[in-house]
Amino acid sequence: MITLRYFASLKEALNRSSEQLNIVEPLTVLDVWQLANPDLLLAENMLTAVNMDYVPRTHFVHNGDEVAFFPPVTGG
Amino acid sequence: MTIKICDFLFEPFAEIQNYQNQLALGGKFGATSIFIGTMRDFNDGDDVQAMTLEHYDGMTQKQLAKIVTTAKAQWQLLDCLIVHRVGEIFPNEPIVLVAVWAAHRGEAFDACRYLMEELKANAPFWKLEQLVSNEKRWVSKNSLI
Repeated sequence: MITLRYFASLKEALNRSSEQLNIVEPLTVLDVWQLANPDLLLAENMLTAVNMDYVPRTHFVHNGDEVAFFPPVTGG
Repeated sequence: MTIKICDFLFEPFAEIQNYQNQLALGGKFGATSIFIGTMRDFNDGDDVQAMTLEHYDGMTQKQLAKIVTTAKAQWQLLDCLIVHRVGEIFPNEPIVLVAVWAAHRGEAFDACRYLMEELKANAPFWKLEQLVSNEKRWVSKNSLI
């Protein structure tokens, strides 16, 4: 089981902020996106994080991970 | 080194003074460099009446801590303070404060600039603007400088 998190405009577009997903490893971050959102391409500018660290989409996820998808950050 | 995420209006100059008062650094620092980011009432040619700052609680603190660790490895910092606002915010209110204490100005200036630029590039905050027209829109990217 992994936890998915969505933020900001992506959260609004998907109409949800988080969900849980049962996975069978091996699976990359992009695979996780496609499992959770089969009809939607992950836009090129979207950022990805696992356990609160930035990772590339090719990063392998593991059970218990928190996988996050979000648009470019705009703080400060 | 302190990182604060703040969901209420803060007074940056009081934060700096209070923080400095409790530092046991009297006589050690010769330079304090400060950046304060304040909300404007305009952006991209439109009048803005309010803004909501969203963040990824936990990742924000983790990323800011990494940035501070990198800065400490690069410059001889005596201390630093980062405060960032979240939630609903209005024009003329402070968004962010970065303050750096060092022995000399070069380190203080450079580290303060570094911390601020890295915060803007990596800390997971997002701004939702409410225009005077009542339209809401997400800020899609930061200005370059």
